Amino acid sequence: MCSGCPDGFDLTSGLAQKAFQRLAIGIAALALLLLPAVADARELRVCADPNNMPFSNAAGQGFENRIAEIIAADLGAKLTYTWWAQRRGFVRNTLKAGLCDLVPGTPANLEMLRTTTPYYRSSYVFVSRKDSPDVTSFDDPRLRDMRIGVQLIGDDGANSPPVQALGRRGIVGHLVGYPVYGDYSAPNPAARIVEAVASGEIDLAVVWGPLAGYFATKQKVPLRIAPVTPRIDGPQLPLMYDISMGVRREDDALRGDVNSALARHKAEIDAVLTQYCVPLLDMAGSPVR
Amino acid sequence: MKQAAQSARPCAHQARIKRSAAPSKYSQSILAVLVLACGPLLTAASEAPPAPTISPPAAAAPPDDGQWTMPAKNYASTRYSDLAEINEGNAKNLQVAFTFSTGVNKGQEAAPLVVGSTMYIVTPFPNIVYALDLSKPGAPMKWKYEPNPEPAAQGVACCDVVNRGTAFADGRIFFNTLDGHTIALNADSGQPIWNAHIGNINIGETITMAPLVVKGKVLVGNSGGEMGVRGWIKALDASDGHVVWTAYNTGPDKDVLIGPDFKPHYDMDKGKDLGVTTWPPEAWKIGGGNMWGWISYDPDLNLIFHGTGNPGPWNPDLRPGDNKWTSGIFARNPDNGAAQWFYQWTPHDLHDYDGINEQVLLDMKWQGKPRKVLVRPERNGYLYVLDRTTGEVLSAKPFGPVNSSKGVDLKTGRLVENPDKKTGTGKVVRDICPTASGLKDWQPSAFSPKTGLLYIPHNNLCMDEEGVEVNYIAGTPYVGMNVRMIPGPGGNRGAFTAWDIAAEKPAWSLKENFPVWSGAVVTAGDVVFYGTMEGWFKAVSAKTGDLLWQFKTSSGIIGQPITYRGPDGHQYVAILSGVGGWAGAIVSGDLDPRDATAALGFVNAMKDLKNATTAGGTLYVFRLP
Repeated sequence: MCSGCPDGFDLTSGLAQKAFQRLAIGIAALALLLLPAVADARELRVCADPNNMPFSNAAGQGFENRIAEIIAADLGAKLTYTWWAQRRGFVRNTLKAGLCDLVPGTPANLEMLRTTTPYYRSSYVFVSRKDSPDVTSFDDPRLRDMRIGVQLIGDDGANSPPVQALGRRGIVGHLVGYPVYGDYSAPNPAARIVEAVASGEIDLAVVWGPLAGYFATKQKVPLRIAPVTPRIDGPQLPLMYDISMGVRREDDALRGDVNSALARHKAEIDAVLTQYCVPLLDMAGSPVR
Repeated sequence: MKQAAQSARPCAHQARIKRSAAPSKYSQSILAVLVLACGPLLTAASEAPPAPTISPPAAAAPPDDGQWTMPAKNYASTRYSDLAEINEGNAKNLQVAFTFSTGVNKGQEAAPLVVGSTMYIVTPFPNIVYALDLSKPGAPMKWKYEPNPEPAAQGVACCDVVNRGTAFADGRIFFNTLDGHTIALNADSGQPIWNAHIGNINIGETITMAPLVVKGKVLVGNSGGEMGVRGWIKALDASDGHVVWTAYNTGPDKDVLIGPDFKPHYDMDKGKDLGVTTWPPEAWKIGGGNMWGWISYDPDLNLIFHGTGNPGPWNPDLRPGDNKWTSGIFARNPDNGAAQWFYQWTPHDLHDYDGINEQVLLDMKWQGKPRKVLVRPERNGYLYVLDRTTGEVLSAKPFGPVNSSKGVDLKTGRLVENPDKKTGTGKVVRDICPTASGLKDWQPSAFSPKTGLLYIPHNNLCMDEEGVEVNYIAGTPYVGMNVRMIPGPGGNRGAFTAWDIAAEKPAWSLKENFPVWSGAVVTAGDVVFYGTMEGWFKAVSAKTGDLLWQFKTSSGIIGQPITYRGPDGHQYVAILSGVGGWAGAIVSGDLDPRDATAALGFVNAMKDLKNATTAGGTLYVFRLP
C-alpha cells in the first residue's frame, strides 16, 4: 500500500482551487506575452480535463500533467492545453476538432483514435476501511450483505465493469451508484465515492485504480486498496486496462515521437505514477507493489 | 387549363383510396371530399366539409387566427391550420418568400412562432432568439437576444445542443437554454423580464424542450437521464419566474405529487411510493425519467399531459422492477401539479425507449361511445389511443416494424415483452426493432379533422446490441453496449405514415431514405408539410400522400414546419433547415463514419448522410406567387 503520497496536491477547498485557477490564468497570460519569443519552438498541444484529479487539472497538478511535461521536455516542445470536461464528446470537440493533438490518458486500442504503446496498467480495486472485511474477489459471499458503492457511467445501458461483474452474480440488492461525472462545479467531482467509504455511508466501493489510490490517501480514516479478482471476468469483461496516450488516427508522426519519449523516460513516468499512488499491475496482471 | 390540371391530380387518387380498403363509411366520406374537390369550382377546400367525426376539443383548439403561438399550434397539439389558400391544386407553385441565416450550424429542431406581424425563432446552443418583422420586405431583424449560456460549462453537456422552440403568452416570449435557464423576454423589445436558473449543467442536467404556458404558468422539464439526472417538471409563474410547483418522475409519492387525487386505471400503477419500491435501494435518486418532450393541456378537464423519459443510468439487470415513473405518461392538475393518473408505456425499459412524444387530444366515438381520447405515436412502436380522463388504453397497434415486444395487453395495460430480444450483460442480441431512437422519436406528428388521419414522421431502424466496446469517460475505462443501427425492413431508414385513427391502421405511408426527423403540419387545404434529412421540404396530399411540391433547402431538415397568415393576408409556410440532432450528429458533430458505434450506434445507420448534406442553419419561408 502506498503511503508516501504528497499532501500538497489536495484541493478540497473551492477557495484554494480558485486561487490556483487564477494563478493558472496569470501564467497563461504571461505565456501569451512571451509568445513571440518562442514562436518557432515546437508545441505539444494536449487535450485535458481542467477538473479531474488525479489525472489532470487546470493548475497542472495531475499525474497526466506531470507526464505530459516529461514528454514535452523530451520533444523540446512547449506544452499547451485545451481544457474540456472529459465526457461524451471530449475527443470530438478537442482532438478531432484540431484544437490539440494528444490525449494523455486513454485505454489502449480505443476505437475512436490511435493509441501509443501503453505506459501503465491498472485495474478496478476494492476500497474499504481498514476495520471492515478484507474483500478481494467478486465471488466473496460477504459482498451480498454489504452496501457497495459503484461508479456509474450512464451511457444508456453501458456501465462500469464492476457494475456488470456484480450484476452477473445477482449482487444488486445493496448497490449505491455514484455518477462518474459527479457535480462538476465542485472540486474533484469523481472523488465522492471514495469519501463515502471513509464516512461510512457505504461499506465498500469498487473504483478505478488511479482514482481510488489517490483519493484513499486524502481521507481522515485509513483506507485499504485491493485490486479486484478475477481481473478478467468471463469472456467479455476486463477489469484491468492498459492505458496509452491517444493521437488522431492519421497522426503517425506524433505517435512515433511520443512512443520514443515514453520508452526513454519509463523510469521517471513510473516514479510519477507511484508518487500518485496509482495501483499498477505487471504484464501478468499481478500487483507491482 | 391550369385549373383542370390542378383538379386532375386529386381525382386520379380515388382508385387508390378504394384499394386501401378502409371501413366503408369512412372511405365514403373521403370520396365525398374528393368528389367535391374535383368539381369545377375548385376554391377553398374548406367548402362544405363533412361533419368531423374526430376533432380536438374546442377549448384546446380554438378557431384559427392565422398566428402560430406555440410549437404544437394549440393545447390539443394538432399542428393543424385552418388556412387553405395553399391547397392540393396550387401547392406546386410555392416559392421562396424570404430566408434568414440563424448563424448556428447545429441541428435546428425548433418551430418558428408567429405573433401579429413578428416571427420568433430560437437557435440551438448558444440559444439566440431572433425577432423578424414580417410587415417589411424581406422580414428584417427586429431584435435579437443572446442569453450567453455558461461558457464555463463547455463540454459538460456535449452532445444534445438542440432547442425545440419558444412559447408566446401575454406579450412575452418564453424559452429555455441548454445550461438550465428559463427566460422571459418582452416580445416587442426583446428585453429580458426574468431569468430563472432551474437546471444544473454541472451534474449533466440540460433543457432542450419547448416550454408550454398554461394558466399563467410556464411548464418546463429537464434532460440528462443518461447522466443519472432525476427527471422533473416544474411550473414557473409567468409573471416573475418563481417556481410554483415541482413534480419529480421518480421517488416517493410526495416528490412525484401523488396524493388523494391519483387514480391510475391499471393495478400495475397502484400502490404507495412505487417510485421508490420499483427500484433497487436509492437507485431512483439518479433514475432518469426526464421530461424533455411535449406537453398538452385540456382546459375542460383542467389536466396537463406529459411523458417521462427512460430509466437510467443503470443497466437493466441492475434495476429489477418496473422503475416507476419512467417511460410513461402523467395527467396532472396544472394549478398544483397533483397527479391524476399515470400509464407506463414501457415498464422496466430495456432499449432506451423514452416516453416523451407528443400527445394529440381528440374527441371521437370509440366503439359507439363518445370518448375523450389522447393519441400518442410512441417510441416503442405503438400508436396508443388512451381515454384521457382515466388513462385506459383503448387501442395500441404497431405503426411500423416492432419485435422488441409482442403487443399490449389491454386488460392489464402491460406491454408484452419479447424474451428473444431482451438485452443483457455480455449477451449479443441482433435485429431488435425499433432501435433506441424508437420507431418514432421526438419529431411531432400532425392531425387533420378533415381526414381523420394522423401524419407521423418516423424512423425505420433496427439494431444489434452486444457488450464489448471499450470506452473512457472522466478518466474511467468501461465496456459499453456496442449498438449498431441498421435500416429496418424495406431498406428505407425513414417513413412518413398517415394513420387512420378510427380504423386503427395506416391509410398510406411514404418511404424516405433517411429517418424523417422533422415535424409535420397539415392544413385545411389538405396539404401536409414535412422535411427530409437530405434537405427536401415536401408538400404532399393529406388524402393520398402524393407529392405535390418539393424544394431543396441548404441543409438537412429536422425542424418543425408551421404555417401562418402574413400581414398581407396571404398564407405562408416556414421551416428551419439545418441538420443535426441525434440522427444527424454525424454531420453537425462531424463524427467519423468509420466509428460504427458513435452517437450511440446511430452513425452506423447514417454513414452516407455526410455525402447527402452539410451543416447549416437557415429559415425558409414560402408562399404562392
